[in-house]
Amino acid sequence: MRTTTARAALAGLLVAFFAAAPASAQTVKIGFITTLSGPQGAIGEHMKNSVELALDHLGRKVGGLDVEVIYGDDQVKPDVGKQLADEMLKKHKVNFVSGVIWSNVMLAVAPTVTGAGTFMIGTNAGPHELAGKMCHELFFTTSWQNDQTPEAMGKYMQDQNITDVYAMAPNYAAGKDMVSGFKRYFKNKIVGEVYTQLGQQDYQAEISQLRAGNPKAVFVFYPGGMGIQFLKQYAQAGLRGQIPLYSVYTVDEISLPAVKEAALGQFETRYWSPDLKNEANQKYVAEFRKKYGKTPVFYGAQSYDGIMLIDAAVKAVKGDLTNKKGMIAAMRQADYKSTRGPYKYNVNHFPIENFYLLKAVQDPGGELVMQIQKTVFENHKDSYAGECPMKW
Amino acid sequence: MSITLSLVLEQTLNGLQYGVMLFLMAAGLTLVFGIMNLVNLAHGSLYMVGAYLATAFTEKTGSFVLGVALALPATLLVGVLVEVVALRTLYERDHLDQVLATFGLILFFNELVAIIWGRAAIFTSVPRFLSGHFRILPGLPYPTYRAVIILIGVAVAVLLWVLVTRTRLGMRIRAGASNRTMISALGVDIRLLYTLVFGLGAALAGLAGAMAGPIYSVQPGMGEGILIQVFVVIVIGGIGSIRGAIVGAIVVGMADTLGRAFLKPLLATVISPPAADKAGPALASMSIYLLMAAVLFFRPEGLFPARGCS
Repeated sequence: MRTTTARAALAGLLVAFFAAAPASAQTVKIGFITTLSGPQGAIGEHMKNSVELALDHLGRKVGGLDVEVIYGDDQVKPDVGKQLADEMLKKHKVNFVSGVIWSNVMLAVAPTVTGAGTFMIGTNAGPHELAGKMCHELFFTTSWQNDQTPEAMGKYMQDQNITDVYAMAPNYAAGKDMVSGFKRYFKNKIVGEVYTQLGQQDYQAEISQLRAGNPKAVFVFYPGGMGIQFLKQYAQAGLRGQIPLYSVYTVDEISLPAVKEAALGQFETRYWSPDLKNEANQKYVAEFRKKYGKTPVFYGAQSYDGIMLIDAAVKAVKGDLTNKKGMIAAMRQADYKSTRGPYKYNVNHFPIENFYLLKAVQDPGGELVMQIQKTVFENHKDSYAGECPMKW
Repeated sequence: MSITLSLVLEQTLNGLQYGVMLFLMAAGLTLVFGIMNLVNLAHGSLYMVGAYLATAFTEKTGSFVLGVALALPATLLVGVLVEVVALRTLYERDHLDQVLATFGLILFFNELVAIIWGRAAIFTSVPRFLSGHFRILPGLPYPTYRAVIILIGVAVAVLLWVLVTRTRLGMRIRAGASNRTMISALGVDIRLLYTLVFGLGAALAGLAGAMAGPIYSVQPGMGEGILIQVFVVIVIGGIGSIRGAIVGAIVVGMADTLGRAFLKPLLATVISPPAADKAGPALASMSIYLLMAAVLFFRPEGLFPARGCS
């Protein structure tokens, strides 16, 4: 008697196990590529934390399915990024690849992923090639096209009628995009245009050249650790307060705690800010602060949005991950609660969104924060969508 | 953009500042290579250890000067420890084994600092009393901290020169660089000399790292980037020669800085400005390697070879 009960129980268990097996095989696998080591590792940490926070908010499920995220560290190297993508596609058989901070890495990773018939959900880099001729139905981004943010800064500085501007950026894909975007809306005189090595630590020689060029204002793009070094050295050279500095992706929630007063009063343009008033953003910012004890940065907001976008797509096809057409159609609606507020996708799968002027100010608690001053562009489209042959 | 005299002066100072940083690194590396015949790839790790220790001690004591002062003997100690534990067994082995082993040390130290201080870069500030800038000429401000680096570098160079040319220890070091077998045959404890030289080199690398912290960022692997340039310095200067290290470091520092600053405007006078925009930065980043190739072609032993020459 006892043995039969035991046997029945065992059989029941086995049945339950095998019945459960197909369900657990239906797991959404997301490969997330970012930079986790070196001076730019701080960016990757924010992105990874935001992905984890998004999963927390979704109850550790994506589109109702179990989820597994595989993180990869690209070390700011395109070849390493491509290797990671290959490994994620072939070994882990991921359904989505997401992340990617650097445009040069993105240009290596995105064609690899979309070429293998897998979704690429970019959450930062927006090189103009992918917005134009190289656009792809499996490529979506939750961020922006590189040119858009400097376009907003160019427009603002043009509106202020600032002239004799000196432009500086690192010498790689996004650096060139940033300056060309800036020049699309800034039509006054540019007295110098300098490209430095990507990841350069010492800007003293370039800062000396800058002073000798005698500009009335400076426009720079120095993301991550480069921005911290540039801002510090700009102040050490005595130029802060002498030649006003305008920047994109340089003064942010990562660099502010490190450079402190050396960035106070600094202007930036951006599509997102922690003080943006919408439900999704307030929840994201508050919970991020609670969980990680830091103010989140736009890299994180984009990565959080990336998971939410995937979640919405998987929900729309009721968990049928083979239905790529259905997921593409769903993503095009951008029907999820984005931290930037509602937005639409352009034909090239880049967002049509607002851009704001931000200023680094001291809040009543003494913390340095970025604060929205005004809207520069409303529903701003990127300049390359016309070159994209995709129709929908 | 016109090239003015004050700009050239300022960029020369920048080049000099970079040069003395390279010199502090190169002095230790060239002595270890010249005297102990050891290729030490882990020299950059000692630079990193110096930077981390200085940051940690500065935080503990609240004083940057004290932090650096404590970091120096601490890095020396780390250097001595590395020499006694790991490198002693390598002297008799060939260079390939040494490269492999010291490369292993790089990985070891990078992981170690990542475990202790975390993987993220640490950003430290220049101490308040050095954070400003002063005028070297009317209308030409220069960061005080960088000027102090130049002064310290020059002071260390003078001290080293006195040590090497005017003391008994220096005589042994020179003798060791010229002929290792002979000096041990004459009854000098070569092991002790090796340990001393290695510790001294480590302390100098640590000093460079400690001073680099506030202008760059302190992070695992920070020593590798500068190590390549330091090898260029000692190849140009001649292996084993302090004089070569000084000259090589200044030459490389100047070539790199002046190349970054002036190649583009100079090229623009010869070729079209857009072409100069492209070629300038590319050539500037190659300049020190072109220089090294040229030196190797005309003087394969370097500018001031130590061994076999006086």
